[in-house]
Amino acid sequence: MKVKARVMEQRKIASTLKRLAMEVIERNRELENVAIVGIRTRGVIIGERILKLIEKLEGAKLDFGILDITLYRDDLSTIGPNPIVKGTEIDFDVTGRDIILVDDVLFSGRTVRAALDSIVDFGRPKTIQLLVLIDRGHRELPIQADYIGKTLPTSKREIVEVRLKEIDGSDEVLIVEEEGF
Amino acid sequence: MFKRKHLLGIEGLTRDEIDHILDTAQSMVEVSKRSVKKVPALRGKTVVNLFFEPSTRTRISFELAAKRLSADLINFSGSSSSLVKGESFRDTVLNLEAMHPDIFVVRHSQAGSAYYLTTFSKSSVVNAGDGAHEHPTQALLDALTIRQHKGELDNLKITIVGDILHSRVARSNIFLLSQYKTKIVLSGPPPLIPPEFSDMGVEIEYDLDKAVEGSDVVMMLRIQRERQTGSYFPSLREYRKFYQLTKKRLARADKDAIVMHPGPINRGIELMKDIADSDKSVILNQVSNGIAVRMAVLYLISGGSHEFNN
Repeated sequence: MKVKARVMEQRKIASTLKRLAMEVIERNRELENVAIVGIRTRGVIIGERILKLIEKLEGAKLDFGILDITLYRDDLSTIGPNPIVKGTEIDFDVTGRDIILVDDVLFSGRTVRAALDSIVDFGRPKTIQLLVLIDRGHRELPIQADYIGKTLPTSKREIVEVRLKEIDGSDEVLIVEEEGF
Repeated sequence: MFKRKHLLGIEGLTRDEIDHILDTAQSMVEVSKRSVKKVPALRGKTVVNLFFEPSTRTRISFELAAKRLSADLINFSGSSSSLVKGESFRDTVLNLEAMHPDIFVVRHSQAGSAYYLTTFSKSSVVNAGDGAHEHPTQALLDALTIRQHKGELDNLKITIVGDILHSRVARSNIFLLSQYKTKIVLSGPPPLIPPEFSDMGVEIEYDLDKAVEGSDVVMMLRIQRERQTGSYFPSLREYRKFYQLTKKRLARADKDAIVMHPGPINRGIELMKDIADSDKSVILNQVSNGIAVRMAVLYLISGGSHEFNN
């Protein structure tokens, strides 16, 4: 793996997330009806940060959930090594709520498709909105994000790597490319 | 990582593989608590329950596990089928296989029948109990239940009581627990405890009072009256006297001990009547965990590329 570019660092990520949190507040007048649901693994961390930012800005304590979409994927027979299921934790009723679905990178749209299927199994939300840190294009399904941290034009060979302090030790967004291409 | 195509037994599985199945099963627990108890993971897969021996709990548990993963399921039971008309096990399976199932879940009174199935079938095979050999999903659900109550499978004292000789549940449990740093003690009438187990580092203590002393887990087995052709103990009355788990005996175990039983319970024989309903009993948790474990197994053998063929 070769690092081609470092497109975001800690300060940039922090200010971007702050802007996204404010956009969520702006778009949702009934803030207490909003619940944040992070997609494992990095969507959970970004979701938690958005949750804290909204709490700091508005003093609102929102419900938070974790979604593991492994069981909703459409590629079980082709993925290998075997999938690791870490479990979904949604302890509140999603019916009638405004759900902010959070992920790190929006790419083909298949993860979001799976996440939408999963959420509606828990109930019937009033709205589901999508928040991503990076939109890198190359959609394979008609899915768009409502809140985008950064739009990043990439080639399909490149890999966008979002690193977060909580699990990777540092906050940064890298574009890497597999060697040998 | 569990990357096998079949689950034929616990023997031969590594600790990593067992942990992977248990971790996956723990994540499956939540699915059964939703209002919509279904995920699409195995949509379009066909599971055949091949039961040549009577079973209610295991068959229903596999059925619900398959259905909660959105697989289609066919129940085949030995007593009401072509077998009665004289068709062989192999021919029966080959005919079912011509209908393109993906997974066979098989229970049979002959040890090794699940393995035998893999020698001529292309489908994945899950052993749901073969004679007195193994019952791997039962051991896995027992392990999951222990882990939920004790936090780990290491550093425990686990006492298994009763008919070890005829018990595939005991065998699978011993194989599984011996992968962990935990003390296993077997107790029961001497003719029903194969001494060979002591070679695996398992302790044998015929005196139940001593065997349960300080135990974290007391696992009671059913007296399998249908498998006993000889006489292994003089009478049920005598069995009760020496090997029934009474409140007094249970008081010798650790104060947070749990009591397990694979079911069906012979109330008043292995267990004193009210023990199954006491707060130490986790027997019904075992039943709920059975679905999660079977979901995990069906899911894992369906996924990805298989490194081993069995």
